[in-house]
Order: sequence, then structure tokens, then C-alpha cells
Amino acid sequence: MSQQPLVTLQNVGKTFGPVTVIKDVTVSVYAGQVQVLLGENGAGKSTLIKMMAGVYQPDAGHIVVDGQTVTLPTTRAAEELGIATIHQELNLVSTMSIAENVMLGRMPTKHGLVDRGALRNRARAALALIGLDVGVDTLVGDLGIAQQQLVEIAKALSINARILILDEPTAALTRHETESLFAVMADLRRRGVGMLFISHHLDEIAEVGDTVTVLRDGEFIAEVPASTPEDELVKLMVGRSIEDQYPRATGAVSQTAEILTVDHLTSTGSFDDITFSVKAGEVLGIAGLVGAGRTELIRAIAGVDRYTSGTVAVRGQNLPNGSIQAAIAAGIGHVPEDRKGQGLVLEASVNDNLGYATLSSTAKLGLVDFAGQRRRAGEVAKKLRIRMHTIDQPIGALSGGNQQKAVFGRWIIAASTVLLLDEPTRGVDVGAKVEIYELMNAITEAGGSILMVSSELPEILGMSDRILVMRDGRLAGELTAAEATQDAVMTLAARDVDENHEQR
Amino acid sequence: MSTTTLPAKRRGLDYKKFLANNGALVGLVVLCLALFIATPDFLTAQNLLNIGIQVSTVAVLAFGMTFVIVAGGIDLSVGAVAALSAMSSGWMFASAGLPGWLALLGGLFIGALAGTINGLANAYGKLPSFIATLAMLSVARGLTLVISDGRPIKMPAEVSFLGGNLGPVPMPIIILVLAALAASFLLNRTVIGRSMYAVGGNAEAARLSGLPVKRILVTVFALAGLFAALAGLLLAGRLDSAQPQAAAGYELDAIAAVVIGGASLAGGLGKISGTFVGALVLVVIRNGLNLLNVTSFWQQVVIGLVIALAVGIDVLRRKTRSS
Repeated sequence: MSQQPLVTLQNVGKTFGPVTVIKDVTVSVYAGQVQVLLGENGAGKSTLIKMMAGVYQPDAGHIVVDGQTVTLPTTRAAEELGIATIHQELNLVSTMSIAENVMLGRMPTKHGLVDRGALRNRARAALALIGLDVGVDTLVGDLGIAQQQLVEIAKALSINARILILDEPTAALTRHETESLFAVMADLRRRGVGMLFISHHLDEIAEVGDTVTVLRDGEFIAEVPASTPEDELVKLMVGRSIEDQYPRATGAVSQTAEILTVDHLTSTGSFDDITFSVKAGEVLGIAGLVGAGRTELIRAIAGVDRYTSGTVAVRGQNLPNGSIQAAIAAGIGHVPEDRKGQGLVLEASVNDNLGYATLSSTAKLGLVDFAGQRRRAGEVAKKLRIRMHTIDQPIGALSGGNQQKAVFGRWIIAASTVLLLDEPTRGVDVGAKVEIYELMNAITEAGGSILMVSSELPEILGMSDRILVMRDGRLAGELTAAEATQDAVMTLAARDVDENHEQR
Repeated sequence: MSTTTLPAKRRGLDYKKFLANNGALVGLVVLCLALFIATPDFLTAQNLLNIGIQVSTVAVLAFGMTFVIVAGGIDLSVGAVAALSAMSSGWMFASAGLPGWLALLGGLFIGALAGTINGLANAYGKLPSFIATLAMLSVARGLTLVISDGRPIKMPAEVSFLGGNLGPVPMPIIILVLAALAASFLLNRTVIGRSMYAVGGNAEAARLSGLPVKRILVTVFALAGLFAALAGLLLAGRLDSAQPQAAAGYELDAIAAVVIGGASLAGGLGKISGTFVGALVLVVIRNGLNLLNVTSFWQQVVIGLVIALAVGIDVLRRKTRSS
């Protein structure tokens, strides 16, 4: 590329205390190009984009914008040079309108009062830039995630951003929403906006990217074209080749022993008349669109939410409705969809988080069995290879994959035999994903049962022995591992459904 | 963020870590040194005993408040509940004719009952704890006035004993030490105590892990009520009577003590030792300002600034540590 980059991080480095997080990395963003940043969690992607956005200062190297060496002491300084970040967690005020959000901090005024007319017009112009057709008076809280993201992009463009940093923008989007985002990105590219794109979905890279910078353990590994095959990318990223992304070991499924039995389970408004069972050693996948009632079903089985009618039984024993404690006592372990919101107490230690489910059951006379809890936590952390400094470290400081392993670990300590997994690998990088799949294999080999909801079709197809497809709260069909294909699942999941709901 | 961003454990620098984690204690020591230099009246046995007696009420209230704040709530009613408990105890003895020891237990029971109602309103009634306990503040203070008709009631000898001396040692100090040990044991060693941290840190994660969050919350508020009642009885024992306006505004002192002691109002953090230091900071400042003849009007100003300063430093410290 002979053209001058919009921004370059030149041989930058960053250390926190004694630990080096970024070492001698160079990455450039060019006008009208999408530069992909690829690496496992903890590879240093976040640190790198924070340097570009003015949140962190590099300890070594420098930042060049339009050929000039600059310092970016604040995010505002970065914005003034046209660098804007679209964070994974969106920075919008949900109780204010789109117009107010787009113009936040720069409200047009007349005689010291907000000029409503100008506010709306300027917001409308911003939305037009990305072709978002929504009334500017709509409250942001009433929009879906995908549209909120577009509002955020419109906001960035309206302050003349030339460089957009997109930090995992597709993580929470459906396939269809992702397509629309990519269309917007393609349009921006034509208009000369440079983009730095981060995603855990390898299949998106070729679709939207131009070049890929691969990072591993804070170091620059390679810069390759976005058309590089996925296997190759994975190999660069994890430093070894991953033989099998979905290492499901079948054959452990018992033909007779039904562990979890769900009978005519109904929860008005969420799911209706669901009947199935999971055998010992089996992974039963539940596919379906977002909103098909899968998470609600899992939560009802786990005792988190009450259901209207029907029964849930473990080993023939009916469980009481809406009792998490009874479900746990019967051997159920629930790995919820939202790890940070529902799975973990982030500021508490790894040790504490591993032990919550067994806090009461191992106590004597109401006193915590500290020594035992610590020993069990240490053992399971070692077994699951949870990477941490010490077991007393706050769990929020661990990477997503290690956090997720800790949620699994809690149920392993509790000797759970029926695991209910809701999006078990969301926000988890490739290496840790495979470790989680291997853990699922180990659980089923030991005679446990797994019920897994996932929106990642390859994961459902790769890891399930049998697949149930839900549609609009009902069971739309059942497929064996042998007969299941993406098309077969999608046909069942999406029949008669507006394709807006189509999933990835 | 990756695990590698955490600074590795540095040996030989543990005193720094100690200072960083015990800012309130360092402040207290500095404060005591300054007062020792400023006035000869500070470091006398009589004055130290006075401080001990004064801190007992605030600290016992604040221990109860620590449970609530660790569990992610707030209890505005502890001052009023303290007054109601003492007044009920006096009424049971003077008007209902119960034996003194039973009246004492009755007072404690009333406190725990008021706290339980707070907890039920919060956990099952879904009222935010701020509102539930604000309502209880008004109800408890009102009931105190109704029972007493606005006049003080004489306390039984058993309660007055709590305000007296055991040998050379004032009883309130003994009760304070026992209450601190009990509260610390409860918070650190028991299932319910450890559960409070989980509930305050992330109630939904605690619930999904099988912790009985609602029952825990009810227990937390009941304990706060019980500790409030004990503080109320200590106060009444010292005055030998239950005053209808006793402990008015003490909830704010209790909250201040907990927060100065390093707890987070967001929940999930806090220690009894920190709260104890926080209560001492408040009381020593008041005591010192009295010794230095600073008017109570200015004392309020100073206390306010100290709270803002203590929490401000704490926020800064956490910020630098987490980045």
C-alpha cells in the first residue's frame, strides 16, 4: 500500500506494573479499508485500541496520524483527530431520544435553550449518513441492540470521525443484523472511512475485512490478507493448529437411562407444551431463533423462573416449580447466558465464585468450610486450567474464557450431573472454546447429561448428539446428529417467520 | 481485560499494601497524634474511656449497618429503631410490669422485628431498601412518641447496668467488643455472612448459584434491627432512661462510619474492623474538636468534610489500583 495511513501505531508497547501487555506492535488503518485485529482474549487487542482511542498512553513507540506524530492524552483528543470508538458496551442514554443521544454534549442552543428544531435536523442528517430510517424522537431504550449500535455509529460520523474502531460490534447481533451492519461498513468504506474491526467470528473476517493483524500474547504475529483461510488464521492466533474445532466424542450416550425428563412444560407467553428427555452421556442441543423461548425454557428447568404447567423430573423425581435450590440438589447446574450479569460476582475472588453453590451444603453448623472450599476450588481450577495469578484474585480480572470455565467449575464442585448451558461459548476465544467442548465431553463420558442452547449453528451441529429446534415457543422438530445440517435446522427454526429474525 | 495486566505480587512492599488497604486506620492514627500534640487533655484515661463509651453506640449501630451495606442495601431506620427498642423495653418494664431482664430481651426482640419487617418489605415487597427503611424510620419514631407520649421512661436496673461499669471498665466498652467479635465472626465465618458479600456483589448470580437471596436479605435487615436495639439499650442504659428523641440522626453516623471504613455503597465490600475504625474516626474528631473548644456548629462542617475526604481518597485508591 503506497497510500499514507490515516493512523499508525508505530512499534508501540505498554506495560502495567511489571507485566508487559503489548510489545513492539505496529498496526495501521488506511482510508477506505477495514483492518481486522485478531487475537485470543488477553492477546492485547483491547489495550491496543485503547491506545488508539486516547484511553491509554503507549510506553514505547508512537502514534502517527496523517504522517504527524501525535499524543492522545484523552479520548477527546483522539476524537478531535477523527478517531471514534464503538464499544461493545454502548455508550448511550437509554432514557433519552435518538436525537439527544446523537447530539449529546453538543446540543444546538438558541438563547441558551436547547434548539429542538436544529437538534432534530442535525440528528436526522446523521442518521441519513448510514441509512437508518427511524424517527429521531424515539427513545434509544426502545431500539434493539443493532439499531442502538447504528445510532452510535451515526453519532461518531456526525463528529466527523474518519477512523472508526469497532470493538466486537457483531457479538450481540443476529445474522441478519450483522449483514446490515456490514452493508453500512461497506458504504463507509466507499466514502473513505478507515475502520479497525474486532470480531471473534472468523467467518466475518473475509466478508468485511481487507487485511488482518494477528496478535498473540501482546506481540505482533503476522499481517495477512483477510482472504486467508480460517484454519490458517486460527493457527496464527493460538500458535498451534487446532485439529478439530468441535471435538465431540460420541458413543457415551446411554440407550436407556433418561436423566432429565421434561413433560408438557408450558410457560404462558414464553414456551408451550415442551416434552423431551436427555439421556445419560448425551448432549442435547436446542437450536432456534433469538426469542424462540430457548433461554426461558432453560431457566424454567433450572428453577430460576416459574412455569405455568407440566413437569420437570431428574432421575424420575419431579422437581418443585421455581426452586433453584431443589434443582441444584437434584444435580442440575445452570450456566446462564449472561456470564457477567448472572453467572459471577465479578469483584469477588475466583475461590469465592467457584464455591457459591456448595457454600451451604459443605457448611457445618452454619460455618463455612473454608479449608475444604479452598481445596476443592484449587483442584477444579487446576483441572479446568483456569488461568489466573492466584485463586484470591477478583474473577472480573480473568479473560472471558477463564471466567466461563469458572462457572462450569462451580457445578463440577457441586457434582452436578445435568448441566444446562445457555450460550456456553459466547465471548470466549477459540482456544478456550475447545477447552470448554472437551470439558463437555468429559462430563458426558462420566455419565452426565448436557442440555445446550446456542445461537452458533456450527457449535450446535458440532457438539450435539441430538438437536431440538424451537420456533415461537414450540418444539418445531428433532434431528439426529447425522441428519442435522445448517439448512435442516434453519428450515425448522425459521419456517413462516419474518426473516428479520433470522439467526446466525 | 487479560489476567496479565494485574501487577504481580511484590514482596517486601507489603507495608505499602497495608497502608493502601487501611487508609482509615492511618487517618485515625494521624488524628490521634495530632490531638495528642494539640491538647494535653486528649491522652488521659478519663478521655479515652469517654471516647470508648461514645463510640460504643455508633459502632454497634454501624456493625448492623455493615451487614446491610455489604449486602447492597441501606438502612435509614436504625436510629429510630434504636429509640423504639429502648422505649419498648422501658414500657414493658414500667407499664406492663415485666421483669427487667425480660424487658431487656423484649427490647432486642422489637428491634429484630422492625428489621425483619424492613427485610420482608425489601426482599418480598420489592421496595428499594432506601424507601422501606425510610418508611420504617418514620413509623418507628412515631411509635416511640406514641408509647412514651413524648416523655422519657425510666429503664430497669438490668438495662441501666449496660450503661454502668464492670469494675473499672465501662459496660458499653465490653458490649462493644463483644458485638464487634460477634459481627465479625458472623460476617467472616458463617454461610450467611459470606452470602451477604455474594448478594451485594451480584444478587442475580448469587440466586442462580442457589443462594436463598430473599431469606438472606431478611436476615440481614433483622440483624441490623437487632444491633440497633442493642445500641438503643446501651444509650438508654447510660442515660438511665429511654428518650423519645434518642439516637435521632444516628443512622447517618452509622452510614458514615461504614463508608469511612472502606465499604462500598454499591455492595459486596466492607469489613467490621473497617467500620469500627470508621466509627472511631467520627467520635475522635468530635471529641478532639470539643477538647479544642470548637463549637458543635463547626463540628458538623468538619465531619462533613471528613466523610467527603475519606470516601474521595478511597475512590481514588480503587481507581488507581484497578487500572
